Amino acid sequence: MYAFDYHRPATLKEALSLVAKQEDAKIVAGGHTLIPTMKQRLAAPGHLIDLGRIPDLVGIERTPRAVTIGAMTTHGAVAESADVKEAIPALSELAALIGDPAVRHRGTIGGSVANNDPSADYPAACLALGATIITSKRRIPAEEYFRGLFETALEDGEIVTGVSFPIPHKAAYEKFRNPASRYALVGVFVAKRPSDIRVAVTGAGSNGVFRWAEAEEALAKRFSAKSLDGLKAPADDLIGDLHADAEYRAHLIGVMARRAVQAATER
Amino acid sequence: MSSVSLTVNGKAVTAEIEPRTLLVQFLREHLRLTGTHVGCDTSQCGACVVHLDGEAVKACTVLAVQADGRQVTTIEGLAAGGDLHPMQAAFREHHGLQCGYCTPGMIMTAVDLVRRKGHALDETTIRHELEGNLCRCTGYHNIVKAIAAGATAMGQAPARQAAE
Ligand SMILES: Cc1cc2nc3c(=O)[nH]c(=O)nc-3n(C[C@H](O)[C@H](O)[C@H](O)COP(=O)(O)OP(=O)(O)OC[C@H]3O[C@@H](n4cnc5c(N)ncnc54)[C@H](O)[C@@H]3O)c2cc1C
Ligand code: FES
Ligand code: FES
Repeated sequence: MYAFDYHRPATLKEALSLVAKQEDAKIVAGGHTLIPTMKQRLAAPGHLIDLGRIPDLVGIERTPRAVTIGAMTTHGAVAESADVKEAIPALSELAALIGDPAVRHRGTIGGSVANNDPSADYPAACLALGATIITSKRRIPAEEYFRGLFETALEDGEIVTGVSFPIPHKAAYEKFRNPASRYALVGVFVAKRPSDIRVAVTGAGSNGVFRWAEAEEALAKRFSAKSLDGLKAPADDLIGDLHADAEYRAHLIGVMARRAVQAATER
Repeated sequence: MSSVSLTVNGKAVTAEIEPRTLLVQFLREHLRLTGTHVGCDTSQCGACVVHLDGEAVKACTVLAVQADGRQVTTIEGLAAGGDLHPMQAAFREHHGLQCGYCTPGMIMTAVDLVRRKGHALDETTIRHELEGNLCRCTGYHNIVKAIAAGATAMGQAPARQAAE
């Protein structure tokens, strides 16, 4: 790891001014993507701005219609939150499947959505539930926020402060984990929302998280795992790598989607 | 250089360090607490697990400066004088180790698991919770047994736990 200067702002305002002032500054949240990347010298920021001591960025707030999670809330805290378990159990289950217990004690939801790894779990929940990404500048609907591999709508110096999830009627997440990395080989989040049904797929798209339109249409007619019988995700734009080729991922999408719908109907 | 002050195994520690110093490096090289191991250095193996404010974390993936003002417990901080912690004793009793390289991380993870999930732990839970800890020797079987027994023993020694 190359040397850097370390800053620990106590407020969001201070963090924003530090990020604006230093050209090669990078934010560190849980550090569970950034520190490994810096160790490999794939990132070499001159200044590290630690969001770890800004109390306003931590916490979970539940209203009748939404659950809003502060950017610095850890995966472990989301997994264990009684409010999340009750309002959106699928989200609590998703958080509990990220990495391992030690990773969940450090990694944050803000870091996960800022990073937008194509195999990360939260992007699927954001897209399926129709979440809003709240930043230091604006509120961005999930559909406009995730832009491709590790690409988001965030501008330079913009900080994610939270994510707001509308409460669905029913939802479930099914993840086929890569047994070595614990990331999703394929993960499918299904949400039956007051206005529509959404199916979001992570781990598979060569442009990152995406919605599976054919499955959504089929489920709109009848919300049952049977509605997806015979439906196969197109393998064209899927990732193929040493862990799984595109055909296999396409197959898994169908399997995970059916399981997720089944789990949601049983809720 | 940055100044850090933290509590390690109950003792206050202050040092001037480079910000890029990892917590595990700080513990091993500055404080000479070499019980915390580095197995992979890529956040996978869990040999480096310590408790940060009571929660299990991978010390190879935390900067020492991020632990400023916090409480760190390492494997060296578990035993009370000459008495092994009940989880350590259970690993010995149930042959939960062979070479011992993964053991400090396994034990720190196990103690954190008991904090979160209580004293009656079934095999499925233990195996699931050990996903972030790799062992090249044992095949995990005796580790799982040791953790179940250690968890029960921790429940029977309330005074010891309170002292931790
Ligand atoms: C062993 C291991 C297993 C893992 N398994 C999984 C898994 O199964 N599923 C999964 O989804 N993830 C997994 N992860 C990733 C983990 O969830 C990370 O914690 C997460 O992706 C990044 O969050 P962080 O808080 O650690 O961010 P950091 O590493 O601190 O930051 C990541 C990036 O986001 C930027 N950033 C962070 N916070 C903000 C913010 N608030 N505003 C703007 N930019 C910000 C940083 O500058 C950096 O570029 C795993 C990680 C490890 C080490
Ligand atoms: S050395 Fe930290 S996880 Fe392997
Ligand atoms: S006992 Fe040797 S690595 Fe676990």
